Amino acid sequence: MRSAKPSPTQEKPWLHVLLIVVALGYLTLVLLIPVANVLFQAFHRGVMPFLENLLAPDFLHALWLTFALALVVVPLNTVFGLCAAWAIARHRFPGRTLLLSIIDLPFSISPVVAGLMLVLVYGRNGWFGGWLQALDIRVMFSFPGMVLATAFVSLPFVVREVIPVLEEIGTEQEEAAKTLGANEWQTFWRVTLPNIRWGLLYGVLLTNARAMGEFGAVAVVSGNVAGLTQTLPLFVEDAYKNYNTESAYAAAVILALLALVTLVVKEILERKTGIKPNP
Amino acid sequence: MSAPHPVSAALSPQKPHWQFPWVWRITVFYLLVMLAVPIAALLSRASSAGPLHFWQVATRAIALSAYEVTFVTALIAALINGVFGTLIAWVLVRYSFPGKRFFDAVVDLPFALPTAVAGLTLATVYSENGWLGRLLAPLGIRIAFTRWGVAVAMLFISLPFVIRTVQPVLTEMEKDVEEAAWSLGATHGQTFWRVILPPLLPAILTGVALGFSRAVGEFGSIVIISSNTPFRDLIAAVLVFQSLEQYDYEAATIIGTVMLLVSLGILFLINLLQTWGRRYAER
Repeated sequence: MRSAKPSPTQEKPWLHVLLIVVALGYLTLVLLIPVANVLFQAFHRGVMPFLENLLAPDFLHALWLTFALALVVVPLNTVFGLCAAWAIARHRFPGRTLLLSIIDLPFSISPVVAGLMLVLVYGRNGWFGGWLQALDIRVMFSFPGMVLATAFVSLPFVVREVIPVLEEIGTEQEEAAKTLGANEWQTFWRVTLPNIRWGLLYGVLLTNARAMGEFGAVAVVSGNVAGLTQTLPLFVEDAYKNYNTESAYAAAVILALLALVTLVVKEILERKTGIKPNP
Repeated sequence: MSAPHPVSAALSPQKPHWQFPWVWRITVFYLLVMLAVPIAALLSRASSAGPLHFWQVATRAIALSAYEVTFVTALIAALINGVFGTLIAWVLVRYSFPGKRFFDAVVDLPFALPTAVAGLTLATVYSENGWLGRLLAPLGIRIAFTRWGVAVAMLFISLPFVIRTVQPVLTEMEKDVEEAAWSLGATHGQTFWRVILPPLLPAILTGVALGFSRAVGEFGSIVIISSNTPFRDLIAAVLVFQSLEQYDYEAATIIGTVMLLVSLGILFLINLLQTWGRRYAER
């Protein structure tokens, strides 16, 4: 073995082939076959039954509700994310690392536990329960509670994507703009925002994907009533449990398309931000 | 915090932004409302039970078996993904083959695909007459609606973590160290165990811990693919959910708190691992 050694990279081509086959085989079994199955199940009877499923009133309401949630949650978390990212990236203060860890918490808390927390705050026996009842405001089992749950689980994305970009661009251009007499807003709109736009978009994209796809936290706080407080992910589960496999898959395809669009835009943004080099 | 004079603000580079107090107010207010108040509510409700009662509810037989199903299955899934994730990262970084960019992009699918869809399709594919379940049924292996199904769902959702933590480290890793080991007469095996693996280890373990953390908290896909039978394939998150459905707020709160404490423990571990990884990189 030790005579006239070829480099390990040219050595044993069969080993490379074997490793590639095993790796791609695993990806296929765990990931690709299940995802291909979504498309197959939705369309294997043709396009017409699929379209009929898409016209069911409960489905349409779930679709609308999912978009409405994203429309409220994404701007909320974007504004917060920009503020928090700027506060953390542009200042050094005691407890900065702790603050970063706190912002990351929603990623490590189970969505069901997140929903449970909201029930304990806003539910009938929760901290603010009596107070909300006196004012006749419904949070649990209605839209506001679903907004809170969705915002909770998707809270960290924008902050995490914007901080590194802010740190990378530094403060020189901002300082220069200020010296030239630009006020805070002008500096933000004309200097900072254009510089961080791709990172920000990336964070917004991930926030949106999570907001539209969240199941656990929303299931806890919404009550999951068809046609009232049922989002698309809840609709999928409900239809499946009631043996409406076809309509479950029709809704699942819409959500899978959302995931695919997210991935494609993500690839484009990663090339733009240079996270991934252009091959 | 009054607004300083504009000229003096422009001339003080170290703290140019303190006249922006409302940014801080938004940040702090949002974190208080969204995170601090809910977490405080959970912990205060849990502690109002008293330590003895808390322990009794937290260690009920049904809860203990749910922890076991959750943590043991999540650990197995995370470790399997540790091995295969490292292999996939290696193949994606070191070799070129047709469709490489496609495979690299689909790795992120479990992050983007809603968990309800993952659970639905896994339950179909791995059911007794599904595409893959059909192949296993003659061997007497049932996956959907058993604990194996829980494992498959956990494998799916924690798949990207190890790949995405190992890839950057592998890309940075110089090939010449391997070449050197090789030219000094090390075998393939020795090169792998002594030269390649040690610098990758912090990244692999970080990915395993992240995947484990995600699998422990997972609900959407598992509630669909599992039969949710106590003592068989009921996980802790579903137990919390079922307790809430039965208006047993106390049990939900206590078991939810146990889960929260475990997540915080894992988070702490991940931070330690990342510190270790950075030290490795500096050496």
